[in-house]
Amino acid sequence: MRFESQEQLEKYTAELKSKDRKRRVLICGGLGCLAKGAEEVFNAFREAIEREKVEAEVEKLEENPHLVKTGCMGLCEAGPLVRIEPEGILYLRVEPADVEEIVNKSLKKGEVVERLVYQENVDGEVHYWPYLKDVPFYRKQVKITLRNCGTVDPENLDDYLARDGYLALARAISEKTPDEVIEEITKSGLRGRGGGGFPTGRKWQFARVVKADKKYVICNGDEGDPGAFMDRSVMEGDPHSILEGMAIAGYAIGAEEGYIYVRAEYPLAVKHLRKAIEDAEEAGLLGDNILGSGFSFRIIIREGAGAFVCGEETALISSIEGKRGMPSPRPPYPAYRGLWGKPTIINNVETLTNVPIIMLRGADWFHSFGTASSAGTKTFALAGKIKNTGLVEVPMGITLRDLIFDIGGGIQGNKEFKAVQIGGPSGGCLTERHLDLPIDYDSLSGAGAIMGSGGLVVLDKDTCIPEVARFFMNFTQNESCGKCVPCREGTKHMLDLLQKIVKGEAIPSDLELLEETAQVVRDASLCGLGKTAPNPVLTTLRYFRDEYLDHVIYKVCPAHVCQAMREYWIDPEKCRACAKCARVCPVSCISGRPRVPYVIDQEKCTKCGACFEACPFDAITVEWRRKEDE
Amino acid sequence: METKKESLVLSRQFEKVNAILEKYSYKVDNLITILQEIQAEYRYLPEEILTYVATALQISPAQVYGVATFYAQFSLKPKGEHIIRVCDGTACHVKGSSQVLKAVRENLGLREGENTTSDLLFTVETVACIGACALAPALMVDEEVYGQMDEEKVQQLIDRLLGEGEKADAV
Repeated sequence: MRFESQEQLEKYTAELKSKDRKRRVLICGGLGCLAKGAEEVFNAFREAIEREKVEAEVEKLEENPHLVKTGCMGLCEAGPLVRIEPEGILYLRVEPADVEEIVNKSLKKGEVVERLVYQENVDGEVHYWPYLKDVPFYRKQVKITLRNCGTVDPENLDDYLARDGYLALARAISEKTPDEVIEEITKSGLRGRGGGGFPTGRKWQFARVVKADKKYVICNGDEGDPGAFMDRSVMEGDPHSILEGMAIAGYAIGAEEGYIYVRAEYPLAVKHLRKAIEDAEEAGLLGDNILGSGFSFRIIIREGAGAFVCGEETALISSIEGKRGMPSPRPPYPAYRGLWGKPTIINNVETLTNVPIIMLRGADWFHSFGTASSAGTKTFALAGKIKNTGLVEVPMGITLRDLIFDIGGGIQGNKEFKAVQIGGPSGGCLTERHLDLPIDYDSLSGAGAIMGSGGLVVLDKDTCIPEVARFFMNFTQNESCGKCVPCREGTKHMLDLLQKIVKGEAIPSDLELLEETAQVVRDASLCGLGKTAPNPVLTTLRYFRDEYLDHVIYKVCPAHVCQAMREYWIDPEKCRACAKCARVCPVSCISGRPRVPYVIDQEKCTKCGACFEACPFDAITVEWRRKEDE
Repeated sequence: METKKESLVLSRQFEKVNAILEKYSYKVDNLITILQEIQAEYRYLPEEILTYVATALQISPAQVYGVATFYAQFSLKPKGEHIIRVCDGTACHVKGSSQVLKAVRENLGLREGENTTSDLLFTVETVACIGACALAPALMVDEEVYGQMDEEKVQQLIDRLLGEGEKADAV
């Protein structure tokens, strides 16, 4: 149906709510759960429910349970996830074979299938948490950005409308002036969630005051940080919130056109956004003359073509214009001169998703979450060596300890925590002593890291820090667009130095050279990519200098990762002098004669491991160099 | 002979290019989208087509070439029918994506420096992050994501893909 006025939409929402079916079976259709077989589970539920209906003896099975494939529910580690409403039971690792039992017990009798719920071994005793709200992973979370993600069917507009969808837009355009909208957002203290943390209201204000015949709103969905998947989850799981946020932004600054720039690697996000735009246009909630208000707003999707630098706003604009995605110097800021030279605001997915709920619940409500300088919540993607990998949302100001150990469940295999890389390749590595640091924009930049978009990769003691720094530098060096010299040349030299370090070829002065180069790249680069690329190196040099020194001076890798710091030895007891190893050695460093055990020349050995693979008698052993060997 | 055949094939292909250009009303702003659709059609960007697109949009071939070589998604060499993208994002990297990549390449029999199988069935690429960090190490076959890979799972996956390929051939 097509809505012609705000009243009509409000009435429809009330109607939807009154006939909302209480009995719901929610199946997580996030990427993680899909890859683990959520689709099969969904089909099994559909068949089982159909069957029950046919058998007519409905018992207590309420007539028509609402079966929904939702967006990401967060606990990706334990997928496929299934939630049974209204009880709020959460089942983990559900397989099609479990469906029958869930239908019989939970749907008919409201009972819990204990073997499928969250369980943890506390001091030798197994504890069960059948209800989502009690599960340790969810207990400390506050869902504002992800309020609909994992609850609504992203492909169903009614699902979104039933949760007050598009009411914020409808009320803004008919009851508020653009200036009042901007004032509300400014008062809420919302800051850009893409990394920089610029106050959103101020950004809008800049674009609002510029006079121009056309203005644009861009949603930055080019989530390129390796280790981050928050924006993807929102685009896949709750696309309408983003569209509504964009339309409100458009109304506030006076734009009639918006672009969503999505990474090409996110096909499901593109599909769901497309469907959402079509549905919203058809319902008169986007497009021309929205709800009869005279305000029009169109949204166009642009798929990125794979360039990390396009996350930078000026580069992103170039890319939408069909050019190479290269940044340009600011000022002029895009709010004055952006897309096609017109005033443009660029907001990140998460920022825009917060907009409708702020308009509905008010600035004071939003400001009641988080810290004084950083209001609201932040989503994080927990990954790496953490037990509960997945998507979480927490109030700003929570400590890393709470995030990693309470919500994340600690380190996999109960190993020792070593560091956490926060903010991706532009962020920094924080250590044990930062665990009690409250996370907000200012505390993180004080520690040398950045909020970034919210990627949080946990490293345990088996991770080699210089190797991780090399990995990030390799990434940024690859993605450097080549426009400015400090970034183009500096990242290359930094990568070379890091490569020397992990190969055990570095000399002590290389560390100083690395630090100096890093500072120059940070201070002199044109855009955010170059300015932040040295962060991982600088923070690891600051907090893990000893580990660098081990590699440089003692040629030792304490984490046993860097291959060059291994040694291969032939056990003379086991060697049968078959000469197989000598034949495969690419540098001919293995010598011997018949009936005498062979020997590896440690000076010449390149640690390729070919001999190790070739030996039929397991006579070759790998040993890690230790400091004491020196 | 060969060139004649190629040019014949090309002239037919230009029809598709024209349709794509038409769809985006010959606007330079849409260059990236146009190239994406062309690549979806031909699995790479043939040089002749790039020049053709430049003429049609009234821009220099250098500008088109510049865009085509800037973005990681575009390829100037033919790609395989199926693209296997091995994720080398942070989470996958610390969980051993290099072993996964090695296993994929070995199972497909790719030699050093080769990224596409000689039968043009598979192309192997690494990507910075597919956003499936919770499933690390992960890979994508076309649009399907496979998580928590190890050498054994890679072997099973490739065997299955090769088997499917043969079945399709038989039909």
